[in-house]
Amino acid sequence: MAEVRLSGVTKSFGDTAALRDVDLHVPDGAFVVLLGPTGAGKTTTLRIVSGLDHPDHGEVMIGGRAMKGVAPALRNVAMVFQQYSLYPHLTVRENLAFPLKSPLLRTPKDEIARKVGKVAEILRISHKLDSRATALSGGEMQRVSIGRALVRDPAVYLMDEPLSSLDAKLRADLRIELKNIQAKSGASLIYVTHDQIEAMTMATHVGVLDQGRLVQFGSPREVYENPVSIYAASRLGQPRVNILPASLFGGAPAVARHIGLRPEQIVQGEGEEARVVRVEHLGDQTRLHISFKAHDLVTVTDPHTRLRAGEVIHIRPERPFYFDAAGARVS
Amino acid sequence: MSGYSISEPSARQKWIAGALVVGYAILTVLPLIWIIATGFKTPNDAIAYPPKVIFHPTLEGYVNLFTSRARATPDMLEKLGPPTTWYDTIVRQYDMIITGPSRYGQRFLNSVIIGFGSTFLSVFLGTIAAYAFSRFKVPLKDDLMFFILSTRMMPPIAVAIPIFLMYRALGLNDTQLGMILLYTAVNLSLSVWLLKGFIDEIPVEYEEAALIDGYTRFQAFWKVVLPQAATGIASTSIFCLIFAWNEYAFATLLTSGTAQTAPPFIPTIIGVAGKDWPAVAAGATLFLIPVMVFTILLRKHLLRGITFGAVRK
Repeated sequence: MAEVRLSGVTKSFGDTAALRDVDLHVPDGAFVVLLGPTGAGKTTTLRIVSGLDHPDHGEVMIGGRAMKGVAPALRNVAMVFQQYSLYPHLTVRENLAFPLKSPLLRTPKDEIARKVGKVAEILRISHKLDSRATALSGGEMQRVSIGRALVRDPAVYLMDEPLSSLDAKLRADLRIELKNIQAKSGASLIYVTHDQIEAMTMATHVGVLDQGRLVQFGSPREVYENPVSIYAASRLGQPRVNILPASLFGGAPAVARHIGLRPEQIVQGEGEEARVVRVEHLGDQTRLHISFKAHDLVTVTDPHTRLRAGEVIHIRPERPFYFDAAGARVS
Repeated sequence: MSGYSISEPSARQKWIAGALVVGYAILTVLPLIWIIATGFKTPNDAIAYPPKVIFHPTLEGYVNLFTSRARATPDMLEKLGPPTTWYDTIVRQYDMIITGPSRYGQRFLNSVIIGFGSTFLSVFLGTIAAYAFSRFKVPLKDDLMFFILSTRMMPPIAVAIPIFLMYRALGLNDTQLGMILLYTAVNLSLSVWLLKGFIDEIPVEYEEAALIDGYTRFQAFWKVVLPQAATGIASTSIFCLIFAWNEYAFATLLTSGTAQTAPPFIPTIIGVAGKDWPAVAAGATLFLIPVMVFTILLRKHLLRGITFGAVRK
């Protein structure tokens, strides 16, 4: 229901630069996933959009309105905190109702009950509604924390690793629920995660943050298939992209120093000799650890492969990524 | 021998430990029992030596505490006829008659107003000051906190003379307001420091969540911080009340009439003959009750406030 625009946003905490000159445009109704290791500036981005932190320089606009001096309450954003931040003196029900009872929304009682009931059902915490927030397990707390955002109808959802504490099955279910709720409400969503599946399946856009800089922004496929740097290439892909000296294979451009190979960019059965070091059967896929000219590679192969450690195979790069000495992509 | 034993203590060891604890408890409670018992003795029993452990309880002390009495001549007593109430009967034994209520009730009321008034003010001001020191960038924060603490680095009575002169000039001598302000000032440093510790322990994330959930900072403070600071507020209130309730030196110096609190008044009950210990003991016994009740009422908050666990560390 609102686009979010950050222009030239810079933020430091003491001597540490958390964000450097970030330009980010979240289109109306987009699902943006921010990727990057700890300290890359993902959480800071959410906090700046929410109004909990203020940029040192630059501007934040939500729905075309400049947010400078606008209190968090008036920005109409809902946030799922990484630390859950449930109100410990309240029950689950009261926690979920808290935003609806705010002086801004002043929701009627029956509507609060209806919304809380519905969200509790989606998140499967109906049986815990009358428990104290402190009496929950980590996964339950995290679901209440998501619920506190979902009971509202905000312009923008901000979620900081909202599914990190859930077991695999629940995570898979809630992934779909979250995506549905967001699509139905039409609200924009900025989402921080380390989980590659969440990024690939939920995002309409992926933003890659590197030490406070937004280094790439595009659709998940674009970032996966066309990374701008070694760093961006390493954010997505399981197993990770293999980075090797460019001279290992022939045909590299003159400026290239590194070659990047995702598993699907390694053709097996032709090319040069390599030795299988280890075979990992994961069930739906099989990972091959290969030694090639004293360098280690990881790739995937046929799940039912008969290959064993010590055997020799042939590999050949196909349409690989080339990177220069600084790690930037070379076309 | 190692520092601790991994074996269960034997029955005898438990018995000895229990006896030590009970013995020490009796030792500490003894003065309290002594005071309460003395309140129910006659003046002669109260000063008997060796002390009387078994005695006939009487309410004489309490009657003397609450009444003013005068000696009456035999013909005056005859004219009045036989005593009509139980307390008249007690007083007549000594050829006395009751001339009116004593000032104890009014002094006690002064103590209640000044004690609870200053406790409320110091905890209220202390909470908002502690919140500001805990959450906001306050210029010279550490210096200010040190300055606040430094007001307690000398005994408060050290500044008695300047305060006496100031109060005389301001017309605050012997007023309830003056005593409330004084005790608030003395207690404030304790309350700011104690409460800052408690509020520092409340993760700021709760308020941030409330800010996002549509509340202003003041509403977040009111709805999220205060309930979680209940433990701190309760214990700070008890400390403040105990100080203000028991304060003797300033009360003696600054109050003599309308605003006099119970502590300087109680010793004066002993009377000219210096014999009425039961009335003094009765006054002291009753004086203990409000602080005890207040502490018991707040006890559940003291035990309940621990609220860690809803924020992931």
